Amino acid sequence: MATQVISRPTKRPKKSLSARWADTWFQMKKNKSAYFFMAPFTIIFFTFTVLPVLAGIFLSFTYFNVLQPPRWIGWSNYSLLFLEDDVFLKAVRNTMVYAVVTGPVSFFLQLFLAWLINSLRYRVGFTLAFYAPSVTSGLAMGMIWRVFFATDMYGYLNYALIRLGVIYEPIAWLEDVDTMMPIVIIVSLWMSMSVGFLTFLAALQNMDPELYEAGKVDGVRTRFQEFWYITLPCMKPQLLFGSIMAVVRSFEVSSVATALTGLPSPMYATHTIVSHMQDYAFIRFEMGYASAISVVLFVTMFGLSRILFRLLRS
Amino acid sequence: MSIALPFRRKLKGEPWGIYLLLTIMAIIVGLPLYLMTINAFKPLEELLLWPPRYYVMNPTLEHFTDLLLATNASLVPFSRYVFNSLFIASIVVTASVLTACMCAYPLAKSKAPGVKLLFNLIVAALMFSSLVTAIPRFLIISGLGMIDTYWALTLPVVASSFYTFFMRQFFEAQPSEILDAGRIDGAGEWQLFWKLVMPLAKPAWATLTIMAWQGAWNDEASAIMFTRSEAMKTLPLAIQTIFSGAGIARLGAGAAAALLTTAPTVIIFIFLQKRVIATMAHAGIKG
Repeated sequence: MATQVISRPTKRPKKSLSARWADTWFQMKKNKSAYFFMAPFTIIFFTFTVLPVLAGIFLSFTYFNVLQPPRWIGWSNYSLLFLEDDVFLKAVRNTMVYAVVTGPVSFFLQLFLAWLINSLRYRVGFTLAFYAPSVTSGLAMGMIWRVFFATDMYGYLNYALIRLGVIYEPIAWLEDVDTMMPIVIIVSLWMSMSVGFLTFLAALQNMDPELYEAGKVDGVRTRFQEFWYITLPCMKPQLLFGSIMAVVRSFEVSSVATALTGLPSPMYATHTIVSHMQDYAFIRFEMGYASAISVVLFVTMFGLSRILFRLLRS
Repeated sequence: MSIALPFRRKLKGEPWGIYLLLTIMAIIVGLPLYLMTINAFKPLEELLLWPPRYYVMNPTLEHFTDLLLATNASLVPFSRYVFNSLFIASIVVTASVLTACMCAYPLAKSKAPGVKLLFNLIVAALMFSSLVTAIPRFLIISGLGMIDTYWALTLPVVASSFYTFFMRQFFEAQPSEILDAGRIDGAGEWQLFWKLVMPLAKPAWATLTIMAWQGAWNDEASAIMFTRSEAMKTLPLAIQTIFSGAGIARLGAGAAAALLTTAPTVIIFIFLQKRVIATMAHAGIKG
């Protein structure tokens, strides 16, 4: 540190390390009430969020079956995962499909519906109709959709399609490898108008009308131009938030998949990285291996969110 | 620019085309919930009718009483599940909103060392789902001996990075002058927080209370992972165990159960919708 100060005299002279510590300590003492306010959240947050992330990374390098203490095995879990576990590779592929489909589709759907609703005078009913599915509990969601897609002729969809003459035999929607995945996607889109949707609505409602007036003067003619050149740039922070939520939620599709098609699903047709992790963690109790899966998941989610952050930062 | 663009602004009159489009979409989206609601009130003979009817002829409450009887046959009375759910949800809502507000205040207004780091950690935590940390969290909770206690169902979900983030963004947008004025008048931080900050932030924490309620009430993951005994189960989990593999005979009771667990959240939202949306814009992230 000291040599740096001598060799670059033009730079603002740095305080010595101890002086900086003293300074920090002084600041800390001056603001001790701040720490008091933050303490309850911080303690719980570290115990149940930060520590688990670190512990998960550690466990992913061990063999751990809960009964015996974890044993360090280096990268074995990861090599097993990527080189030998065919089911995992299938889960990765399914997860990619979910993430690529439900993430962007739900994001744009939320934005589009919020925009349409915002142009109306009577919004309350529509907002409720689109938002309500996202607050149904997993139980309710399963109950509702299982009837809809039931295998026998009592299933509403089978009934309707037979009636319309589209099919002649009832289809086992939730057991057929080809239809399971699209159904899980549809149901998760149905449930996806959530926090992001409300945030977009709020941002649109809070837009300053004067901006639109100014836009008209500058030659903005159509509603679409208005939306593209004025509204979108103004709601960038909300868009960033909404897109991150959409990414995170697209990975949580697995809970819908489990509710509708079970864990593990027939032929692993709707198996995701999350289902794979839950399978190994809470059914087979191979915690080390499962931790490696969750580290992969963590890196993927976090990486995607960081990319969005770069793209949408204002 | 005279490309055919979807919606030209009309100065007078409502955009009927949009109303029509949204109504059709709302009907499609709402249909499953509607069917669940009517199934809960259909007597068995009507549920067995084929083709299914889209209305109820003789509404009945028999599925709700069925639900009570079915759960009464198990070891623990139905009221215990209701109590568990209400008790846990109210603890979680109160504690999480309170800790979020308390933590968010210095996050927005204080320059103490470490504040920025904590905020960055919270934003980072928004970027992954809590599913990722399920295994170590499970190990930590069992290590603390909390399995099958109310602690396991409440404490871990109290610290929500989203709630704290949301409140911080709200406080950040509030002017600091009032606080400075309060400090000059000799108020301590604790007093400032309760007498000035919290009353001014009422719309924000009211919204948060609703979101926290939705989260806590629908949190089946905690109950599935951390409960072992029948007496600790929450309402949704208990119902789910009883009705898993529900056939047509249990369809009505299942719908009644689904309605019971969904209705409170939806009703709360109906009444407070305007207030929720008014504050949600603060959830934006300035990169």
